[in-house]
Amino acid sequence: MSVIYILWLREVKKYLRSRPQILASLGQPLMYLLALGFGLGPVFQKSGQGSYLQFIAPGVIGMSILFTSMFSGVGLLWDRQFGFLKETLVAPVSRLQIMAGRTLGGATVALIQGALVLVVCLIAGFRPHTWAAVPLAVGFMMLIAVVFAALGTAIGSALRDMQGFQLTMNFLVMPIFFLSGALFPLSNLPKALAVVTSIDPLSYGIDGLRGALIDRSHFGLSADLAVLGLIAACFIALGAWRFSKIQV
Amino acid sequence: MIHVQNLVKTFGSLTAVDHISFDVRDGEIFAFLGPNGAGKTTTIQMLTTLLRPSGGSIAIDGLDPVHRQREVRKRFGIVFQDPTLDVDLTACENMELHGVLYHVPRRARAERIQSLLTLFELWDKRNKKVKEFSGGMKRRLEIARGLLHTPRILFLDEPTLGLDPQSRNQLWTHVRHLNQTEGVTVFLTTHYMDEAERVAQRIAIIDHGRIVALGSPDELKAQTETDSLEAAFLALTGSTIRDEAADAGADRMRQMARMWRR
Repeated sequence: MSVIYILWLREVKKYLRSRPQILASLGQPLMYLLALGFGLGPVFQKSGQGSYLQFIAPGVIGMSILFTSMFSGVGLLWDRQFGFLKETLVAPVSRLQIMAGRTLGGATVALIQGALVLVVCLIAGFRPHTWAAVPLAVGFMMLIAVVFAALGTAIGSALRDMQGFQLTMNFLVMPIFFLSGALFPLSNLPKALAVVTSIDPLSYGIDGLRGALIDRSHFGLSADLAVLGLIAACFIALGAWRFSKIQV
Repeated sequence: MIHVQNLVKTFGSLTAVDHISFDVRDGEIFAFLGPNGAGKTTTIQMLTTLLRPSGGSIAIDGLDPVHRQREVRKRFGIVFQDPTLDVDLTACENMELHGVLYHVPRRARAERIQSLLTLFELWDKRNKKVKEFSGGMKRRLEIARGLLHTPRILFLDEPTLGLDPQSRNQLWTHVRHLNQTEGVTVFLTTHYMDEAERVAQRIAIIDHGRIVALGSPDELKAQTETDSLEAAFLALTGSTIRDEAADAGADRMRQMARMWRR
């Protein structure tokens, strides 16, 4: 237990120490929120869908959790390159504990980042339909964080160089974000897009967040919860398996 | 303390370590000396549970590293060829993390961290981030960390690579001191002849995966009828230059890492 804790603590400490970067990483969500939220707002309103800012805010929160958690998982690559990974792998502890500590740490960091973005959304004018829904929303944020931190660990275990990292960012993380319904409603989509969005794990996370925060859900909250829970279990198993295969 | 019998490691058609046998006695400082790519690091990796041997047997303090991995890991400390510190953490935090990973009880941990950091002249800088340290300080910290869980054996894989003569000198003074006071067995690899001669009681010269000579510095000199260990080394391994693949990736990676928030 103390092994998991100290590795978790390491991730959180490193995050909290990089304050300028925390601020910088709030820039992108803010851009989406203001430029798209207010820019597309009138069009969205005219089509009878209500406020776009209200609609996009859960999507932007989900986005920042996705990016932060994937990034910290794939951060395994830095630890491999700069040697610290070896220090943990040669210690008399099981790989599973190391993986758990890292992944939980990455998920915690992503959750903090998501909470910060939620605060930014509130400042920008976003209002949940009831404040009582916030704990449920935080639950969904946690699930999203765990799902993608575990996926990041699985991918990070296999990555050996920068090219692989950039490939992951461009061809996995970006599609996961854009095809998740973070920016558009999932109803009445063309058939192909509907299929793709329904196999994107983030769709269920953002749908759940939206259901909790603005009472507007496509799949239904319990379906979101079940699918996310299942995916989390699969990705954790996958991450643990890939991590156990790392050769020093 | 270390018993190696007919150890073999092959990577595909390449035989990196070719039937080597040797013993390291309890409390001894033992050096592996060899040109680049001779199989030094591969051997250390097998001794320290990081690689599975292709053949032969190893006993570390009587235990087989393949089957008793965890017990073996508790018994040694290791300083790798490349740095393995977390540079975003402080010296003290790096030590603390190591202590937890090796299950050193809290109170013993605090005491030992203080005494080791004091010994390696790092106690004043314990709350500084490691990225502010010089190369020599980082090396000292790594050795201090490797000793935190009071291992029976300390593996040092080319620990003085890239250090200036002052730091090298100071580092070996510490290592010898620890060897005498704590009785820790030291297994080191290097390609600096003078270091091996000064520090080690016995030296194995390894080339192309085989041990070509083993004995005290004086014995090696007598065996090759030379007057310096360097001449003995060249007499045994020849004077052709071995090229090793360079790792140019790391520098670029560091740059990217800075760009990408870490």
